[in-house]
Amino acid sequence: MNEKLQKIKEEAIMKIQEADTLEKLNEIRVAVLGKKGELTEVLKGMKDVAAEDRPKVGQLVNDTRTAIEEKLEEVKTMLSTKEREAKLKAEVIDVTLPAKKSIVGHKHPNTVALEELERIFIGMGYEVVEGPEVEYDYYNFEALNIPANHPAKDEQDTFYINDKIVLRTQTSSVQVHEMEKGKLPIRMIAPGRVFRADEVDATHSPSFHQVEGLVIDKNVTFADLKGTLAQFAKELFGEDTKVKFRPHHFPFTEPSAEMDVTCFKCNGKGCRMCKGEGWIEILGCGMVHPHVLEMSNIDPNEYQGFAFGIGLERIALLKYEIDDMRLLYENDIRFLKQF
Amino acid sequence: MNTPMSWIKAYVPELDVTDEEYRDGMTLSGTKVENFERLDADLEKIVIGQVTKVERHPDADKLVICQVNVGTETIQIVTGAPNVFEGAKVPVCLDGGKVAGGHDGKKTPGGIKIKKGKLRGIESSGMMCSIEELGSSKDMYPDAAEDGLYILKEDAPVGEDAVAYLGLRESVFEYEVTSNRVDCFGILGIAREAAATFRKPFIAPKVEVKANDDDVNKYIKVDVEDTDLCPRYCARVVKNVKIGPSPEWMQRRLAACGIRPINNLVDITNYVMEEYGQPMHAYDLATLKGNRIVVKRAKDGDTFVTLDGQERKMDSNVLMICDDEKAVGIAGIMGGENSMITDDVKDMLFEAACFDGTNIRLSSKRVGLRTDASGKFEKGLDPNNASAALDRACQLIEELGAGEVVGGMVDVYKEVRQPKRIPFNPAKINRLLGTDVSVEDMLSYFDMLEIEYDKANEELIIPTFRQDLVGEADIAEEVARFYGYDNIPVSLPSGEATAGKLSYKLRVEELVREVAKFSGFSQAMTYSFESPKVFDKLLIPADDSLRNTVVISNPLGEDFSIMRTIPLNGMLTSLATNYNRRNKDVRLYELANVYIPKQVPVTELPEERMQLTLGMYGEGDFFTMKGVIEEILTTAGLDKKVTYDPNAGKTFLHPGRQANVIYDGVVIGYLGEVHPQVLDNYDMGDRAYVAVLDMPEIEKRTSFDRKYSGIAKFPAVTRDISMVMPKDILVGEVEEVIEKCGGKLVESYNLFDIYEGSQIKEGYKSVAYSISFRANDRTLEDKDITPVMEKILKKLGEMNIELRA
Repeated sequence: MNEKLQKIKEEAIMKIQEADTLEKLNEIRVAVLGKKGELTEVLKGMKDVAAEDRPKVGQLVNDTRTAIEEKLEEVKTMLSTKEREAKLKAEVIDVTLPAKKSIVGHKHPNTVALEELERIFIGMGYEVVEGPEVEYDYYNFEALNIPANHPAKDEQDTFYINDKIVLRTQTSSVQVHEMEKGKLPIRMIAPGRVFRADEVDATHSPSFHQVEGLVIDKNVTFADLKGTLAQFAKELFGEDTKVKFRPHHFPFTEPSAEMDVTCFKCNGKGCRMCKGEGWIEILGCGMVHPHVLEMSNIDPNEYQGFAFGIGLERIALLKYEIDDMRLLYENDIRFLKQF
Repeated sequence: MNTPMSWIKAYVPELDVTDEEYRDGMTLSGTKVENFERLDADLEKIVIGQVTKVERHPDADKLVICQVNVGTETIQIVTGAPNVFEGAKVPVCLDGGKVAGGHDGKKTPGGIKIKKGKLRGIESSGMMCSIEELGSSKDMYPDAAEDGLYILKEDAPVGEDAVAYLGLRESVFEYEVTSNRVDCFGILGIAREAAATFRKPFIAPKVEVKANDDDVNKYIKVDVEDTDLCPRYCARVVKNVKIGPSPEWMQRRLAACGIRPINNLVDITNYVMEEYGQPMHAYDLATLKGNRIVVKRAKDGDTFVTLDGQERKMDSNVLMICDDEKAVGIAGIMGGENSMITDDVKDMLFEAACFDGTNIRLSSKRVGLRTDASGKFEKGLDPNNASAALDRACQLIEELGAGEVVGGMVDVYKEVRQPKRIPFNPAKINRLLGTDVSVEDMLSYFDMLEIEYDKANEELIIPTFRQDLVGEADIAEEVARFYGYDNIPVSLPSGEATAGKLSYKLRVEELVREVAKFSGFSQAMTYSFESPKVFDKLLIPADDSLRNTVVISNPLGEDFSIMRTIPLNGMLTSLATNYNRRNKDVRLYELANVYIPKQVPVTELPEERMQLTLGMYGEGDFFTMKGVIEEILTTAGLDKKVTYDPNAGKTFLHPGRQANVIYDGVVIGYLGEVHPQVLDNYDMGDRAYVAVLDMPEIEKRTSFDRKYSGIAKFPAVTRDISMVMPKDILVGEVEEVIEKCGGKLVESYNLFDIYEGSQIKEGYKSVAYSISFRANDRTLEDKDITPVMEKILKKLGEMNIELRA
């Protein structure tokens, strides 16, 4: 019996070692361990074994089975690994073949720029609001300290609907609407379309966008204006950006300023983009004129604030190095795809 | 505004800065220097020489050989200049020097280098120059020869720097003066700013008119009838006028400002206008009837011939300068031909007045005549400046020997403008600026600006030439300017925290933009105004209310004259642009307003409705567009069933391929294939699809709120139905039946086959749906589903739909 088992074991292990596919291995398993397998046959012969020897023989049979199973498992693992490797090898692809493209559209560069601006100011606690594009003269001019017959009205080349209604020439009109709501403090930016009677060319368009900013609170100072806009410039143009404030004049702010930033292309050394000056004019700003506050029923002795206005197209043209403003309104897909 | 540096230095003699320092300093204190030009930029080694000998060139008829004394030596120069002569003093550019440009007046960037060389075999070691070669022109140097060398005055010092002698060692600054700083439209105003900026004393010109013993009142009487438009009128009389060229120093200064010297009278007027910012006008006294000046409004329909010979129409808002009988000038704009100074003038009236700025601006627009003078007046001048400027002009007349100034001035000045007083509150100024500037420092700035401090009343007394200083905020700006904007600290607003966010409307728009983008649509932007012809292009009926528009009264042209009431023109134009540039498969969207008037003509603001417009051609069809719309609505949380009504009635869309988009029983938009006629009108081939969603309707129903409804635990059961039906039954009607009869158990349904063709009878189509049933509390069995299916099938049968096995 012992010898028989030994023989079965040796023969099985030899066959197992010779097996070169998982199928052959399975055949061997069936032939040896299956219902009609050699070892099973031996087990069937147990009834002829003396009762006292049965535990011993049983043990022997089990040991033989375990040894064969272990070997089977060992070779199976090896063969599976081999087979998978072969499969992987056969499945090699040329990864440089063209991609299957998802059809995704693109944002307009104005929107790309605007979203950056919004992200920066929302982070500083500003609400993004809007106002009407067709506007009363009062909101566009008078309430901004530009009374009837003020030369600034001519300077802005206003489109008129009638003597009371205009296409707004500046998003500053939204300031007035926000102030009139009477909810203080105010921290807002107002992006939107504005209109001026400029003929279309590479740097002009009769319709363009501005982003107005307004902060009103009890202790807002010119220093806060400087700090806020310097922070904005760094976020928009890079950490190394420096700003310069030059006195300027706007009817609705006093003191007023224009802000230049160091040219982000040459870092202020002077290049074509900044016309050799190293600085680029970015926006107008100032402390809200007390008269403007008064007209919107805010007490200038209690509240003060600052306002600023940014030309969105100007930012987009500069930042994305677009050399002709007309491209923004042609909507050529080859242009839009670049944003 | 342009100023030569020498003219500024005339009043700020201690000013000692480089051009760059001047530019930066002035810009930072508020007088922005746009740019500056050195008149001697490309002029090197140019001295005054004297031609001592002229000989013929042996080999060239048009050339001569000159010996030229340049002070240190005599050099030989060959020239082709026709006006050279022995004894002539000329500018000579020496070997190795540079001139600014060619004889034709064209400047060469970087200049032209002059080298020793041979001209037709004869040595020439320099060049004698024309005024053009020195970078200027005969306009600015009227004594220059018509063609040839610039012959200098006989007393020009040989060997000296010719560039300096010609007044070209000069830098000219160009400023952007803001409209509130009327005073800075004159040299004196700029000089005051320069003095304060660089902390140097400002020394005003000393004005003294000697005048004769005669009395001006014997020559002229002035009546201002319309004092509202003429706050002040000053006049002096000059007898025995002698017209001739003005002196070189005056010509040089005017030339540097870009003003062409004409004769002494014109030059003096221009000179004082530059210096004081005050326009003046001279009349031939002999032409003034009745020895009288009357300042009054014209009458409607009057005509008047201005000194440029043009006849112009007046109206009753134009202020005229008249004599006893007739108008002799349009106040502040231009004098008349009938009273202008001619070479025969003997005595003249010199006027310096102050007119209402707004009136001048509007008159000049209506009359269609804008002059240097009206440009100044329309800013609103300081009346106190008028007499000073007039005296300055008379002083120059005397200095230049241009005439005999009669004693006295006629001065009609009813309400003398008094200096304004503004309370001085240093704490408030510091609070506004966020600074800690001392009172002493503030007072020192005011002192430089000629603002006096009345300590007793704690008030600042503002000189009348500073019309821009009205309130305390203006004073704060003066402090900020001279403390330096740069020196103001940098901080961030303190105070109550506010939440940064997009408005709800913008948030919805952002969401819509995202879906459009990821559906392959790129964002377009088009103009809000367009041509009224657009309606014809879109086949919009003549009586359609879309044709009621907000009309721009002063448009850039018809093409930009109405505010759009429908957003398709911009989209179709953009698609056509792409199509005609052979761009394939284009998908665009735009989010922009249409403007719906509440009444025509407009008396109140129109309704601005934000529209999402989608447009595409190339890959994709009607149902692609439909899919995008549904994706947008789903993403926006509009999760009820959307229905489509093919009877949308859009004339610009294909009659059989259009639908209104209906949600909650409300039309929230439409979509369709563009009508081929419209495509033709936009010069497009191919098929194009558009969709418009009315954003206010979307926004009303948008929800950012989401609730988890569980994941189905029990299996779904599906049943397929296959139908043959008349072509004109819409599958939407079938779906309605499935939903209505299916009730709650219907989870979803899916059209998986639709066929029209040879195997189906004419006029019919075969349609197959797979319906999925599910309950969330049990596994459905046949007995649950069968009655529901029967109900559906029965209803479909009633609709003349044939069911197939």
